[in-house]
Amino acid sequence: MFNRLFFYIGNNIMQFIYFLGGLAVLCAQGFYWSFQPPFKKQRVVEQMNKIGSDSLPIVSLVAIFIGVILALQTAVQMQRLGSEMYIASIVAVSVVRELGPVLTALIVAGRCGAAITAEIGSMTVTEQIDALQTFGTDPVQYLVVPRLLAATFMLPLLTLYSDIIGIIGGYLICVYKLNIGSTMYLNITFDSLLIKDLLTGLLKTVFFGMIIAFVGCYEGFNVKGGAEGVGMATTNAVVKSFIMIIAADCFFTALFYFIFP
Amino acid sequence: MIEIDNLSKSFNSHKVLDDLSLKVSKGETKVIIGRSGCGKSVLLKHIVGLMKPDSGRVSVSGNDIGSLDDKDLKSIRMRIGMVFQGGALFDSLTVGENVGFGLIEHLRLHPGDVADRVREALDMVELQGIERLMPSELSGGMRKRVSLARALCIKPEIILYDEPTTGVDPITADSINSLIRSLHDKLGETSIVVTHDMKSAYKVADRIAMLYQGKIIAEGTPDEIQKLDDPVVHQFINGLASGPITDALAANK
Repeated sequence: MFNRLFFYIGNNIMQFIYFLGGLAVLCAQGFYWSFQPPFKKQRVVEQMNKIGSDSLPIVSLVAIFIGVILALQTAVQMQRLGSEMYIASIVAVSVVRELGPVLTALIVAGRCGAAITAEIGSMTVTEQIDALQTFGTDPVQYLVVPRLLAATFMLPLLTLYSDIIGIIGGYLICVYKLNIGSTMYLNITFDSLLIKDLLTGLLKTVFFGMIIAFVGCYEGFNVKGGAEGVGMATTNAVVKSFIMIIAADCFFTALFYFIFP
Repeated sequence: MIEIDNLSKSFNSHKVLDDLSLKVSKGETKVIIGRSGCGKSVLLKHIVGLMKPDSGRVSVSGNDIGSLDDKDLKSIRMRIGMVFQGGALFDSLTVGENVGFGLIEHLRLHPGDVADRVREALDMVELQGIERLMPSELSGGMRKRVSLARALCIKPEIILYDEPTTGVDPITADSINSLIRSLHDKLGETSIVVTHDMKSAYKVADRIAMLYQGKIIAEGTPDEIQKLDDPVVHQFINGLASGPITDALAANK
């Protein structure tokens, strides 16, 4: 019984170490090929559309709900204290520092990270990756670099957009439900937000973008078997991206707490 | 042209290629026959440098594939066209972009010249006017032909065919065999065809080599192979359900 448990835990730890090693190698190759010509802008723009523009509807929907929920939840507490006006600052700081970046990253990981793994995974099982190599094309340069650049560039932009929509969600509740003045809500929002809140929120999304691209591509390249393998790799990519995004967020929050308290 | 010396390759302690040696002369079409899973495709992947041998050497035009740096390997690969079993066409590109892939990626040709070369390659495989179609719109036979056109478009000196007739109906299979033969007569390139389809092997081969238990156990012209009295070769080429191959498999279980 204990032997099996230890074997199970040990096996999972070894697999995770193996995964981290493989991911580190892919990261090194990805950064190296990002600076090697030829630079194909068209492929990057194509991926920016898929990761950025195509994610706008779902990001809008989730962001506005988060703004609304946050405003309603804090309203209950604040009304007891008679401090409804602080709802605006709580919504603004929570969304800009934490919820906007993390939720946007999780949405993109679920939507685009999974798509990256499924696409590259099916290319792997149908020998398209081998075919690329026979034409002397490096799969990392052709497939990983455009996705890496697109995710790294688009995630901060999507987060900025999600921050704005989240604040609008809070605004709708406060102004139309709790009868806080529109100007007052906006003034409190902008007064409570510091530039460092915005920058720390956006900076970490650059790394979240890299996590999504690298994990998605790594799992795609390592698909074994046919359609079932692609399905498993897609699930793995989403789960691992989620865990790594939350872990990275924890790391950056602690880092910023000590650097910019 | 292609020399393989004492090549060995194992996967998880299972020896797929075992001290295998083979020579393919310039302009020759060599067909490698053997059961599914016996290592034929693994052998092709070593020739084009997609796999590294555990031991042994693969040499193409005097270049040891295993010891080439990335730049030299890339230039050797541009002299080899490979036709994959399922076609391996790039799903996100049109037929025209697939066929012209090598030219678009590596040769700085004018788009008009690329279009001409694509049209010419598609003509060679008897397909016209399908440049704008996506691979998902093609039948199995057409995918194989487009894959061949993609290999031909870079004007290779060597073409490697991985199971060119697998998964298509007998009439399409025969037309693919005729195409391989006529292209060889026309272009004179060196070809290696991996197959377990004996009809195809007899039709396209200058010489046939049989791969069994990781080694080449017999080699000769189609006539010589048919006249061999080796029981393993006899069982395989005649497609018999019982014989030394199946006995060895049963003994291993």
